Amino acid sequence: MDFPIVFLLLVVGIITLITVRVIYVLYHSRKPLYTRSPGPLSTLIVLGSGGHTAEMLNLLAVLQKERFKPRYYVAAATDNMSLQKARVLEDSLVDEAGVEEVGPAHFMQIYRSREVGQSYITSIGTTLIAIAHALWLMVKIRPQVILCNGPGTCIPLCAIAFLFKVLGIRWSFIFYVESIARVRKLSLSGLLLYKLHMADQLFVQWPQLKMKYPRANYVGCLM
Amino acid sequence: MSEVDHSMNSKRLVFVTVGTTCFDSLVRAVDTQEVKEALFRKGYTHLLIQMGRGSYIPTKSAREEGSVDVDYFTFSSSIAEYLKSASLVISHAGSGSIFETLQLKKPLIVVVNEDLMDNHQSELAEELAERKHLFCARPQTLYQTISEMDPESLTVYQPGDATPVAKFISRFLGFADD
Repeated sequence: MDFPIVFLLLVVGIITLITVRVIYVLYHSRKPLYTRSPGPLSTLIVLGSGGHTAEMLNLLAVLQKERFKPRYYVAAATDNMSLQKARVLEDSLVDEAGVEEVGPAHFMQIYRSREVGQSYITSIGTTLIAIAHALWLMVKIRPQVILCNGPGTCIPLCAIAFLFKVLGIRWSFIFYVESIARVRKLSLSGLLLYKLHMADQLFVQWPQLKMKYPRANYVGCLM
Repeated sequence: MSEVDHSMNSKRLVFVTVGTTCFDSLVRAVDTQEVKEALFRKGYTHLLIQMGRGSYIPTKSAREEGSVDVDYFTFSSSIAEYLKSASLVISHAGSGSIFETLQLKKPLIVVVNEDLMDNHQSELAEELAERKHLFCARPQTLYQTISEMDPESLTVYQPGDATPVAKFISRFLGFADD
């Protein structure tokens, strides 16, 4: 007769634990790290088709690479150009400063949650596959920093990063820069990260977005 | 911005780009007699169309009396050289094309593709047009925009800077300021 009660107490206990841990994670996200200067941080960079990659490379150009290494570039499997552009950037870095200084770079492809124009219903199935693939990549990489700027491919990765935070597997800082093309409304990715408090910092480039989403960090146009 | 030059020897190129998209309605609109004549009247001599994944094929034509020289291609690994040599750029509303052109300080007409389902691109084109950094048009209104435009009236776009964001991220993570 005791078993059902014990089982129930166990379930309630675990749920309470997880809830407390999630609250702790949400509270500690968005808080700067005030410890001594950390060593180089492994960084996951999510690339996307069209302007996304151009904007990300624009940001990477001014990021101190010795602090963010090794760098893992992830792009959708159907995106042929983005990884190529990232390779060009990395090659020029190695030419300038040598691989010791700027660290190694890795290039990976991920299954896409949703293609442009895909129906939302079939997107559920493809998103589940994408999540499984993202999980596998994240277990391999376990990045300390994640940089993304909009493509749907970043959502499964950020969701898993959040899960890793809750489970204490790895604390990843998530920095999301909403695309310069988003003037009045956040993209779906940006909206999800904003509403669920999943990004440590969410940057917007236009004042209209700052007014609509007060917790966002307004930084003006980056291009 | 350069003045209209009617000398027979100088080439004034209009470069049309649709990026990696399919934007037949723009290519069609540019390939019409009225648009080509409007461009000629404004002093342009050559029209080069990067047509991307489109299925509508424009008509090539060597320089005839009273009209522009027309040529086209599908893709190029980098359109930077074409942008640099252009006197006017007509582009789809992709942010990459827009900012690459604005950074080169070229007069720009952005044409929004109304066939795209989720047209968030129009937000950017409209905002930049409001700030007078470019002209905004639809394929049907392209002729009007070209006829009425004054490229001199555009305000030069000052490029943005991502350095403050990079510094913020660094500081946030606990790195010392340089």
